Amino acid sequence: MYAVILVLILLALMAVAYQLGRRRSQSMAGRAGGIRKLHSLPGYYGFYAAIWCGLPALLVLLVWLAFQSIIVTKMVVADLPLATRSLSEAELGLVINDIRNLAEGNIVSRDVSPEMQAAADHYTNLNRIGSAALVVVAISMALLGIALGWRFISPAMRARNQVEAVVKALLVLSSTIAIFTTIGILLSVLFESIRFFRMIPLSEFLFGLQWSPQMAIRVDQVGSSGVFGALPLFLGTVLISLIAMLVAVPIGLMSAIYLSEYAGRRLRAVAKPLLEILAGIPTVVYGFFAALTVAPVIRDSGSLIGLDVSSESALAAGVVMGIMIIPFISSLSDDVINAVPQALRDASFGVGATHSETIRQVIIPAALPGIVGGVLLAVSRAIGETMIVVMAAGLSANLTVNPLESVTTVTVQIVTLLVGDQEFDSPKTLAAFALGLMLFGVTLILNIVALQVVRKYREQYE
Amino acid sequence: MNSHSDKRVRTIDRVNASLAERYARERRFRTAGLAAVSLGLLFVSFLFISIVGNGYTAFHQTKIALEVFFDPQQLDPDGRHDYDALTRADYGGLVKASMRNSFPAVKTRQEKRALYAMVSSGAAFELQHMVLADPSLIGTTQAVWLTADDDIDMLVKGHIDRSVPESERRVDDRTLAWVERLEQEGALKRRFNTAFFTNGDSREPELAGIAGAVMGSCYVLLVTLLLAFPIAVATAVYLEEFAPRNRWTDLIEVNINNLAAVPSIVFGLLGLAVFINFFGLPRSAALVGGLVLTLMTLPTIIIASRAALKSVPPSIREAALGVGASQQQTIFHHVLPLALPGMLTGTIIGMAQALGETAPLLMIGMVAFIVDIPGGALDPATVLPVQIFLWADSPERAFVERTSGAIMVLLFFLVTMNALAVVLRKRFERRW
Amino acid sequence: MHTTIQYMAAENTLAPAVSGDGGQALAEDSRDFAGTVGDVTVANPAMTARNVNVWYGEQQAIIDTSLDIGKSQVISMIGPSGCGKSTFIRCLNRMNDTIDSCRVTGDIRLEGQNIYDKKLDVVPLRAQVGMVFQKPNPFPKSIYDNVAYGPRIHGLAEDKQGVDEIVETSLSKAGLWDEVKDRLGEPGTGLSGGQQQRLCIARTIAVSPEVILMDEPCSALDPIATATIEELIDELRQHYAIAIVTHSMQQAARVSQRTAYFHLGRLIEVGATDDIFTNPGHRLTEDYITGRFG
Repeated sequence: MYAVILVLILLALMAVAYQLGRRRSQSMAGRAGGIRKLHSLPGYYGFYAAIWCGLPALLVLLVWLAFQSIIVTKMVVADLPLATRSLSEAELGLVINDIRNLAEGNIVSRDVSPEMQAAADHYTNLNRIGSAALVVVAISMALLGIALGWRFISPAMRARNQVEAVVKALLVLSSTIAIFTTIGILLSVLFESIRFFRMIPLSEFLFGLQWSPQMAIRVDQVGSSGVFGALPLFLGTVLISLIAMLVAVPIGLMSAIYLSEYAGRRLRAVAKPLLEILAGIPTVVYGFFAALTVAPVIRDSGSLIGLDVSSESALAAGVVMGIMIIPFISSLSDDVINAVPQALRDASFGVGATHSETIRQVIIPAALPGIVGGVLLAVSRAIGETMIVVMAAGLSANLTVNPLESVTTVTVQIVTLLVGDQEFDSPKTLAAFALGLMLFGVTLILNIVALQVVRKYREQYE
Repeated sequence: MNSHSDKRVRTIDRVNASLAERYARERRFRTAGLAAVSLGLLFVSFLFISIVGNGYTAFHQTKIALEVFFDPQQLDPDGRHDYDALTRADYGGLVKASMRNSFPAVKTRQEKRALYAMVSSGAAFELQHMVLADPSLIGTTQAVWLTADDDIDMLVKGHIDRSVPESERRVDDRTLAWVERLEQEGALKRRFNTAFFTNGDSREPELAGIAGAVMGSCYVLLVTLLLAFPIAVATAVYLEEFAPRNRWTDLIEVNINNLAAVPSIVFGLLGLAVFINFFGLPRSAALVGGLVLTLMTLPTIIIASRAALKSVPPSIREAALGVGASQQQTIFHHVLPLALPGMLTGTIIGMAQALGETAPLLMIGMVAFIVDIPGGALDPATVLPVQIFLWADSPERAFVERTSGAIMVLLFFLVTMNALAVVLRKRFERRW
Repeated sequence: MHTTIQYMAAENTLAPAVSGDGGQALAEDSRDFAGTVGDVTVANPAMTARNVNVWYGEQQAIIDTSLDIGKSQVISMIGPSGCGKSTFIRCLNRMNDTIDSCRVTGDIRLEGQNIYDKKLDVVPLRAQVGMVFQKPNPFPKSIYDNVAYGPRIHGLAEDKQGVDEIVETSLSKAGLWDEVKDRLGEPGTGLSGGQQQRLCIARTIAVSPEVILMDEPCSALDPIATATIEELIDELRQHYAIAIVTHSMQQAARVSQRTAYFHLGRLIEVGATDDIFTNPGHRLTEDYITGRFG
C-alpha cells in the first residue's frame, strides 16, 4: 500500500517540477529578451524538469519493489539455524512460507517454535527497514532531480530534443515487452522442463504409453511413484482437436461461402453478427455448456442406439470446441474469399460456369493457401484450448482413439497438476512445465507456419 | 463450313444435355451452405436457450415467512444492548424456536433436524443484521422472510420433481409435506435474489453470490487497463511511426503476431514461474492476474492500435511536418487524437477478452475458495469466469442455476463492452 | 412534345429515363444527337440488339442503343472513356448480371432468342457468347486445366482424350500451342502477359462459342504482344463473330471490318471501318477521330 502512496507522492513532485521548470525558462526568457530567445517552448522545459525529477526515482522504485522480497528472504534464510538451512529445497520452501505467514499474521501450518518467531520478527523488521529506506531514497532522488533540472535549464538548452529523446526511449522500451514476454515464456517453461527431464528421461516422456503422475509425498511412503509417458495425452489432444476441426471446418467454411456468395444483404446483416457472437463467448461458458447440456445429450442418444458413451466423452468436448471455432474459421475464410479478385470470377462466369462450379473450381483453389493458413491457426487454438476440456473431458489418460470414451489432454493435465499444492522439486509439478513446453513449441510452429502462409497469400493478390 | 456449323450445334446440345445435372449440383451446394449457416445459428440459439433456461431462476430466491420472537433472554440477558454481545448471540436458536412454533407437531430429534434444515444457515445472520441495525426489536415478535435452504428453493422452482419416488428425490416426503403446507399458507414465496449480487462465495448455494468475483474482475481489469493501454499505444506508435524496417522490428512484429495466437494457459505458466516464484508476488492476488492478462491482451490492443494509426492518411502528417512541427509533435498533436477512437475500440475488445479469460488465472491461484470480497489489488481474489468454473464443479443442483445466472451476468458485461466498441467505431469512424 | 422541350433545356444531362418509354424521349435530349448515323443492321447477324438501355442504380450508362453483331466479321467499339462501350458488350452475354445495381431493358437476341428473357439460362448463353477481359485473368491452375475448364464443366468431351484434343485445338487456334506444348502442367499465371491473354482466348474458344466479346484485350500488353493478338483476332474472324472494345483507333482500323462510335452512352455512328475513319458522318465522330477529344 505504501508503494501506491509513494508513487502518488512522486507524481505530485513531478507536477511541481513541471511548474518550476516552466517558470524558470519563462523568467530566463524574459531576461534574455522574450520567449523567442528560448530554444524550445516553456512547456518542454517543464517536462524536462519533471523527467529529471520522476524518471530516476520511479526506476529505483520499480527495481527495489521487484527485488526486495527476494533479498529479504535470502537474508532471513541466512540467519536461520544451520539445521534448517540444510533442509531440502522443498522443505525449506515450506519453512519460508510459514515464516511469511507468521509475519503477516496468517494461519500457520505447524507449531510456532521460538526460532521461527524470531525469524518472522526478523522478516517483518527487514521489510519495514527496506520500505522506509525506499521512501527516503526515492523522495531524495526526486528532490535531487528537481535541483539538477533547475540547474540545467538555460535558454540555449535544447529541451524539446532531450524530452523527445526520452519519450522515444520509452516507446522503444514498450515495444520490446513483446520480446521479453516470449523470452519469459520460453525461460520459465524451459528451466523447469530441464529439471523435469533430469528426473524423467525425454524418451520416456515422449513415447511412454502410461501417464499416472501421482507421486508418493514422502520417500518412505508405500505406493505409486508416478509414470510420465505423455503419449496418451498427445493422442487425446489430437483426437479432441480432430473432432473439433471436423465440426468447425465444414460448417465454418460453408457458412462463409454461403454468406459471402449467395446470401442476400438482409440475411447477411443478421446472420454474420449472430455467428460472430460465438467468438465472443468465454471458453468457460462453452465448458459449462459441454458438461451440462451436450455431454448428457450425446450420452443419452448413444444409449438409445445401444452405444456405451462415457459421460466425459471426447466427442462432447470436441463438438463444443468445434462450435467455438466455427466463427474463427468462417471470418478468416470470409476475408480470404473476398480477397480473390473479381477477374477470376468473371473469367469463370464468362465461359458459362454455374455459381457453385465457380466457387468449387476457381475460388476455393485460389483461396486455398489462405484457408489452410486459417485452419492451421484454428488447430493451434484447439490444441491450446483449456477450459472446455478441463470441464468436459476426463482426467484418466486412456490410450484410445474411440471418441465415445473419455480421454485427457495436455492442457487438462497442466491445470490438474498445477492447481492446488505445488512442490517445485517433484516431477509431478515439473511435468506441467514440460507439457507447457511441448504445447508452446507445437503451437509456435503452427502459428509461424500459418501466419507465413496467410501473409504470402495476401501478398499474392495485393 | 458445313461441318463446322454441325459441330457448333453439337456443342450447344451437349451443354444443354448436362444442364439438369449441373443445376442439381448447384442446388445441393447451395443447400449445404444454407444448412451450415442454419446449423451455426442453431448452435447459437441452443447455447443461449440452455444458459438462460437454466439460469433465469437464479435471480429469485425462495423465502420462508416465520414469526420470530426476539427473545431478550437469549439475545441480551443484561439488557445493555452491548454491540459485541449482540453480535455473538445465538440467532440460530431464534430461528429454530420459531420453526418449532410453526410446526408444533414435530417432536423427535431426527424430525427436528429435518425441520431446521429447511431454513438456510444464513438465516441467523439475517436476524443478526436486523437486530444490530435496530436493537429495539429485542423483545418483540416480528414476521420475517428468511432465506430457505437450497433444496427447498429447488423444490419450489420445480427443479426437483415432486412426482418421482422418494428414494430418488433429494427432498423426503416429510419435508415435502411441510413445504406444501407452507405453500398453502402463503408462507413460502420467491423474492428477488439480492444475496446473489451482494454476497461473496459460499458453500451454501442459497448464500453464494457474485459480488466477490465481480470485484475481483474489476481489480484485475483495472490493473490490465492501466498497464496494457499505455504500453500498447506506445508500442503501436513506435512500430508504426518511428521504427525503421529492419530485422529487429521484423522480430518484434513476428513476436506480437505469434503472442496473439499463443494458448492462454501458457501465459499462466509464465505468471506462475516469473511473477509468483521469481518476484515473490502473492498468490491469488488480482495484481498478478492483471499482469498476466496484460501480457495476454497486449497483442490484441497493439494490432488494433496499429491499424488505427495506419488509417490516418499521410497527408495529415505532411501538413503538420510542413509547418515545422517535429515528428513527435505531429504524432502527439495530430495523428494520435485521430487514431484514438480506433485504439479505444481495440482496447475495449481486449478488455472483453481479458474479462472472459479463465485458464491462466487458474495457474496463479485465483481459483481458491474466497468468501470475503477483496478490498484491493493485493488481496486474494477470484474473478467471474473462475467463479463460474468453481460453481460448475459443485454437485448441488442449486449451483447449476447460480452458474448459469453468473454466466448471464458475465455475458451481459461482455455484450455491453462489445456494444460500446461498436458504438465508438460507428460514432468516430472517418472515411478519408 | 412538351417533355422533349424540357429535356432539351436540360442540355446534356443524363436524366434517368421513364422506363417503358424505351428511352425514346431521352434519345432526343442532346442537340447533337438525332439517332445513330449509318446502318445498325447487317445481312448475316449473329446477335441483334434493339433499344438497349442500361442503368447502374440511378445512373444511365447506355441510352437506346441498337446494333447488330455480324457473323464472321470483327466489329470494334470505340469512344472516349466512360462512353458505355464496355457496358454494352457486357450486356451481350449478361456479364452485367454479376453487378447488383445494374438494370437492362431492351431486346438482345441470339439466334432469334431474347437473351434477357426470364426463362433463358445464362449458363448455355455464356457458352455460346464467350468473353475475353481487359486484364489477362488465367486461373491459378495449370495451362492445361485453364483451357480444359470450360469443356469439363460443360461436359463437352467424353473422356480424357477428348479433352486433350479440345485443349490442343484451342491452344493451336490461339497460336499458343507451339510455345506451351511441353509445359502444359505449369501454372498459367507463369506465362508472359501476351501469352496469358492468348491463354484466356484459348480458354474462351475451347467451349466453341459463336460470338467472342473482347473488352480491351490488349490494354495491358506491350506492342509486340498486341500485334500477335491482333493477328490472332484476324484469324479467328473466320469462325466466330467478334466484338472488340478498344481505346486505340489504330487497333480498330487494323482488326475490324465494322466500327461503332459511342459517346456518353449513345451509339453515335456505325459503319464500315474504312468509311468511318476516312469519312465520318457525325461531327462527334469526326472530332474524336481527329483527336480533338478522347
